[in-house]
Amino acid sequence: MQNARKAAHQASDSEELFERTIADQSSRMPVLFWLSSSMVWLLLGSLFGVIASVKLHLPDWLVQEAMLTFGRIRPAHLNVVAYGWASMAGVGVGLWLIPRLFKTALVGGHYAIAGGLIWNAGLIYGTAAILAGLSDGLEWLEFPWQTDIALVIGGALAAVPLILTLIKKRVGHLYVSAWYLIAALVWFPMLFVTANIPNLFVGVDQAMLNWWFGHNVLGLWMTPLGLAAAYYFIPKIIGKPIRSYGLSLIGFWALALFYSQVGLHHLIGGPVPTWAVTISIVHSVMMVIPVIAVAVNHHMTMLGSFRLMLYSPTLRFVVLGAMMYTFASVQGSMEALRSVNTITHFTHYTVAHAHMGLYGFLSFVLFGSVYFILPRLLDWEWPHAWAISLHFWLVFVGWGIYFWPLTLGGWLQGLAMLDPARSFMESVTLTLPYLQARSVGGSLMTLGHLVFAAHFLMMVTRKGPRREGAPQLPDGRWTAKEASS
Amino acid sequence: MTRAIGIIAASALILLFATLMIVIMPSMQTQSRSHPSEGLKPYSEQALRGRAVYVSLGCVYCHSQQPRDPAQAPDGIRGWGRPSVPGDYSYDNPHLLGSMRTGPDLLNIGARQPSVDWHLAHLYNPRAMVPGSTMPAYPFLFEVMEEKSASDVELKLPEAFSPGHRLIAKPDALDLVQYLRELDRTYSVKIIPTLDKSAPAATEAQP
Repeated sequence: MQNARKAAHQASDSEELFERTIADQSSRMPVLFWLSSSMVWLLLGSLFGVIASVKLHLPDWLVQEAMLTFGRIRPAHLNVVAYGWASMAGVGVGLWLIPRLFKTALVGGHYAIAGGLIWNAGLIYGTAAILAGLSDGLEWLEFPWQTDIALVIGGALAAVPLILTLIKKRVGHLYVSAWYLIAALVWFPMLFVTANIPNLFVGVDQAMLNWWFGHNVLGLWMTPLGLAAAYYFIPKIIGKPIRSYGLSLIGFWALALFYSQVGLHHLIGGPVPTWAVTISIVHSVMMVIPVIAVAVNHHMTMLGSFRLMLYSPTLRFVVLGAMMYTFASVQGSMEALRSVNTITHFTHYTVAHAHMGLYGFLSFVLFGSVYFILPRLLDWEWPHAWAISLHFWLVFVGWGIYFWPLTLGGWLQGLAMLDPARSFMESVTLTLPYLQARSVGGSLMTLGHLVFAAHFLMMVTRKGPRREGAPQLPDGRWTAKEASS
Repeated sequence: MTRAIGIIAASALILLFATLMIVIMPSMQTQSRSHPSEGLKPYSEQALRGRAVYVSLGCVYCHSQQPRDPAQAPDGIRGWGRPSVPGDYSYDNPHLLGSMRTGPDLLNIGARQPSVDWHLAHLYNPRAMVPGSTMPAYPFLFEVMEEKSASDVELKLPEAFSPGHRLIAKPDALDLVQYLRELDRTYSVKIIPTLDKSAPAATEAQP
C-alpha cells in the first residue's frame, strides 16, 4: 500500500516534470527575446538615470548639447526603464509563466517575438525622439505617436499567445498569477490608447487624464506583472502552497477597484475639483486592503522559510521585492493624505518613493525571476554564483543609499518650502548632499546591472564554466528544494 | 475559459468606472477647453513657439505651474501668485502643471520678472543671476555674434560671468523668453478654491 502510493506519487511527479519541460521549451524563444531586450534597456536606462542624477548637483556638466540637458535625459531615463526594462522583462516573465500556469505548451510564441521586435523598434525611435526634443510633453506619455502605435501593436501581438494558450489550457482553475497577467493585458492597452489620443482634453482636464494614466500604468500594469511573478515563485521555491487562496482573490479585486482611482492624488492642492481629488485620496488609503491581503499571503507563506533566502538567489530577490511592495504601498497610502502630501508633493521624496516601488519591488522581483527562468530555458546553469551575489549586494546597498537619503532630503526640502520664513533657495541648497548620495547609490545600482547583464550574456552564449545543480549563493549551502522545480 | 472571460470583462468595467469617476466627471465640471478665465489672453504666436521649446527642453520636470492655496502652502507669499483655477489653463496643450519644484513655480513668472535681458542671462548661466541656483545652463540657445544686425538681441552678462566674446540669442531663446513673459495669471478671478473652512470663501481674489 505504502509502496503503491509512493509509486503513484512518483509517476505524477515525473509527469509534472515532463509538463514543465514541455512548457519551458515552448516558451524559450519569445521569453529569451523579451528578456534579452530588457537587459539592453536596463543598461541604457541606468546610464540615463545616473547622468540625470549627477546633473541635479552639477548643473554645468554636459550642457553644450540640447540632447544632454536634464529635461531630456530624465524623461529618457523614465521611459526606457518603464517601457524598456520593466515592461519588457515583465512581459518576458509573463510569457514564461503562461505555459507553466496553464500546464500546456505556449501557443503562438512567434507572435510574441514579432511583437517584441515592433516594441523595440518603437522604443528606439521614441528614445531618440525624446533626446531630439520631440516629446509629447506629458509625464509618462512622452513618447511620440509613432512609438505609441508601435507599443500598441507590439503589446497586442505579445498578448496573442496568452489568449491562444488560455483556450488550450489543461487546468480547471486559474492560479492568481494568471488573473493578474490576464487583467494587466486588458488594462495596459485601455490605458495607453486612451491617454495617447491627441487633443482629447486640454489644460487641467488633460492633467487629470495624465495622472489617471500615470498612476494606473504603475498600479494596473507594472504591479500586476510583479505580483504575478511573486505569487508564482515564492510558493514554488519553498515548496509550500500560498497561505490563503481566498485572500489572493480579495487582493486581486480590491487592487482592481481601488488602484484604478488613485491617480488624482498627484494633483492634491492643484486646480482640479477637490471632490475628485478626495476620491483618489480615499482610494489610495483603501489600497491598504489589497496590500495587506497580498502581504499576508506572501509573508505568512514565507514564515519558517526565511532562511532559504540565504541560498536561493530567486527567493532572496523576490521575497525582498515582495516586502518592498508592502512598504511602498503603505508609504504611498500615507503620502496621499493631504497633510503628508502637502510636505512631500513637488519634492524628491516622491522620486524616492517611485524607486521604492519600481525598483525595490518590481525590479527586484524581475531580477529574481530571471535567475529562476534562464537555467530552465537554456538547460545551463548560471556560471558564477559569486556574480549573482555581487549583483545582489551592489543593487541592494546601492538602492539603500539611493532611497533613504533622498527620502530624508525630500522631506526636509518639503518642510523648507512650506516655511515662509525661509527663502526658496534654502530648499534647493539643502538637498545637495542628498542628491549626491543618490548619485552614489544610483552608480552602485548601475554597476550591479552591468554584472547582471554580463552574467546574462555568458548564460545565453554558454560561456564560462559548466556547473551542475542549481545556483547556490556562495554564502550558503544548497537546499534541494529549488533543484526539483 | 468562462472564468477568464469573466476576469477580462470585470477588469475592463472596473477601469471604465474609474475613468468615469476621476476623469470624465471632473472634466465635465471644469471644462478647461471651453471656459477660459475672463482675464486670460491666448498666447501669442511667438509664445506658442516658446512653449514648444519649454516642452522640448523639459522645463516641466523641475518647475510646476500651479500655485496653491495660502491655507495649504506659502506659494502666494513667495510671489508665485493666487491659487490657480481651471480657467487659467484653457490654452494649455500639453498641460504643464508639473510635479516637481526643484525650481520655483512659474505660472506667474512673466509678472514677477518681465525683463528679457534678465531671462536671457539666466538661461545662459543661471548662476550669473541667481547665486546658488542648480538650474542647468543652456549655452546652446546662444551663438557667437559675427556682425550685429538690427534684429539681433545681444546677451548682457555681469562682467564676472562674461565668456569673453559677444553672444546673441537664437530664435528659440527669444521665443522661450516671450512665453515666460506671457506666463501671467495675475488677473482676478471670480471663484477661487479655498481649503480654509473657517475663512469666508473669497469671491474676488487679488493676486
